[in-house]
Amino acid sequence: MEQQLSPAAIDEPAARGAVVAPPGVVARTVHGLNRYLREVGALLWKDLLIELRTRDAFVSMLVFGVLSLTVFNFAFELRADSVALVAPGVLWVAILFAGTLGLGRSFSHERERGSMEGLLLCPVDRSSIYVAKLLANIVFIVAAEVVLVPVFGSFFDVSILKPGIVAVIILGTIGFAAVGTVFAAMAVNTRAREVMLPILLLPILLPLIIASVKATGLLIDGEPWSATWAWVNLLIVFDVVYLVVSFLVFEYVIEDWG
Amino acid sequence: MSVLGRAAAPQRFPSIRLRPLDLLGLVAFVLIAVSMGMALLYAPTELIQGDPQRVFYVHLPMAIVSYIAFVIVFVSSILYLWKRRIVYDVVARSSAEIGVFFTTLVIISGGLWGQATWGTFWQWEPRLTFTFILWLIYVAYLMLRQAAQDKERVARFAAVLGIIGFADVPLVFASVYLWRGIHPEPAGMPQAMATTLFVSIAAFLALFSYLLIHRIRVDRAREELDEMLATVED
Repeated sequence: MEQQLSPAAIDEPAARGAVVAPPGVVARTVHGLNRYLREVGALLWKDLLIELRTRDAFVSMLVFGVLSLTVFNFAFELRADSVALVAPGVLWVAILFAGTLGLGRSFSHERERGSMEGLLLCPVDRSSIYVAKLLANIVFIVAAEVVLVPVFGSFFDVSILKPGIVAVIILGTIGFAAVGTVFAAMAVNTRAREVMLPILLLPILLPLIIASVKATGLLIDGEPWSATWAWVNLLIVFDVVYLVVSFLVFEYVIEDWG
Repeated sequence: MSVLGRAAAPQRFPSIRLRPLDLLGLVAFVLIAVSMGMALLYAPTELIQGDPQRVFYVHLPMAIVSYIAFVIVFVSSILYLWKRRIVYDVVARSSAEIGVFFTTLVIISGGLWGQATWGTFWQWEPRLTFTFILWLIYVAYLMLRQAAQDKERVARFAAVLGIIGFADVPLVFASVYLWRGIHPEPAGMPQAMATTLFVSIAAFLALFSYLLIHRIRVDRAREELDEMLATVED
């Protein structure tokens, strides 16, 4: 990125009124960041637009998620006394299964239409492709959760819409998508790609699953936030670790596509 | 190179000459034999657990060896992505295979001990759970190697998973311990037990080094054979 920043390039946004900054390190950084965010924004908008037009990932995630909840209902014969015990697990398995399905679709356009070559030819930092895909995946999974979680709450008569639980679900989703985006890009380039994604993803996600289920369970039971803190902490650490690691390694996954 | 050199020039009389690797193998074999002897005969019987505790002299060294194997996978994965030399990939793959092999034995030996002590083969006990999750991660690693197509991509994807997988180790550790509370640590052990354990660890480290070097050589030999076959076909 740095070597592309000629003095002219620094003046460019100022001319457009986007950034008026003095020359120097700060200006370069601000300009670089602005440009990076614009690239990410453009790539993200492309994915959101495709999804808005096809509703590919959203519909399949939602239907599959609701189906899982239904299956669990009969598998566990949820009665009043057992609901509290298994409810957090049911919710998270539904989210993970539905989300894995959505992640599996996240590079299908790049695969089937060969559009990754186009992305790789773009004069953008490669990591912005990761950031955009990650944000798109988070948006899609959260969109599915916005419907799934209330459905879960009413199906199993659990009061789920508490701020703490929402925070845990969002933290869990970020970590899930951070690892899932890298593995989705790998799995789509292997044989048996539908099988490969969950096999790669679920073992790595186990700490996140344990922490999310525990935290959700404690919060459903009405435990105070302090009792949940250790688990939320673990979720945050998981998110940070995998946002950084995935950001660093994603470039190697896409360097030779197809 | 030496493998190829000897294969290319058939010897009329096979000479018995100890290469350093054979020597290492011999050392590993002798040490394993000695440590098994010590574990069964020399080490005192544990007061509470009785004889089943002796499985510990195999179990712990194998666990240590498999953790070392996964560290090697991690380091050589980084080195591969950085330097792009195929040898790092070979080391990572060989180490992962041996690591999974030993982890499998760790789980089985732990289960046998559990059967005798707890009365069940499997308990969702933190350390067992931790080892089992590691096993799952590295089985996935080996499966990914099978599923990706060309050689370069296998190496690259595997290296990415080698890094992501290893970053998970402390997280898995923290989560399973938080989940099930703290496992009681064994208080000090008598000198004879400690000595036996020490010899066993040395034995398994020697065995691991031998297997790893051997596995890498086999891989390189196979590579050279592939190249030769490709040349012949042209």
